[in-house]
Amino acid sequence: MPETDRIPILKMGDLLLVTIQIDMHDRIAMQLQNDLTERIVSDHARGVLIDISSLEIVDSFIGRMLANIAAMSRVLDADTVVVGMRPAVAITLVELGLSLPDVRTALNVEQGMQLLAQSGKANGWPHDGRRSS
Amino acid sequence: MVDVRADELAIGESDDVVRVRQLVRDAAVELGFSIVDQTKVVTAASELARNTYTYGGGGRVRLERLNSGSRHGLRLTFEDDGPGIADIEQALRDGYTTGTGLGMGLGGARRLVNEFHIDSTPGAGTRIVATRWR
Repeated sequence: MPETDRIPILKMGDLLLVTIQIDMHDRIAMQLQNDLTERIVSDHARGVLIDISSLEIVDSFIGRMLANIAAMSRVLDADTVVVGMRPAVAITLVELGLSLPDVRTALNVEQGMQLLAQSGKANGWPHDGRRSS
Repeated sequence: MVDVRADELAIGESDDVVRVRQLVRDAAVELGFSIVDQTKVVTAASELARNTYTYGGGGRVRLERLNSGSRHGLRLTFEDDGPGIADIEQALRDGYTTGTGLGMGLGGARRLVNEFHIDSTPGAGTRIVATRWR
């Protein structure tokens, strides 16, 4: 798979940051799920922050991907926060029947970072990337 | 009812789900749908297009822009020649799936539109008509 078919994952301290800026094909979503799971382990990440503020829709497939990433990161002792969901996406997602009960969310990146910092796992700042445990 | 314009798109590979979303979004914007209504109809289209590909073995979608007096709407017709749906009521139930999905697609898509109709003949294919009014 060419690199352009991947969503970049940035490392910042012990956090992994993902900004989804394209309308994802299903296999790009699957690739992201796999890549993130591998990076949590290889980078010793304690937190994952996924910014979906550019996403115009979240259907059941993408919803399942977000839930899977949250579940896999939990099993690997990392927290996941999904930030920036648009109001229309939230309305539609709930009406679709997906309320993503196991996915932690925050309104924006800043609040998502705070949430991860409060969880006591991820530190979140590159100049002080000590593991807190 | 006046049919203003129709588009058709084949759904033959998984990437076509994205193309369907884009086509439906463009039409919804053109018809003056609100952001919430755009999001709902595009999400419904995404679910139905994926079903057509995954369960119907591929097929096609037809988009019609509807103009009925002061009402404007978008009618989406998804057709495949796949195995069909044996029990439509069961297929519409949340959480029911014969595949690996969440089982929210069909029932969820029905909730996101104003009119929803399924015709399916086991062994001959499925036709789903979903309409969202502005």
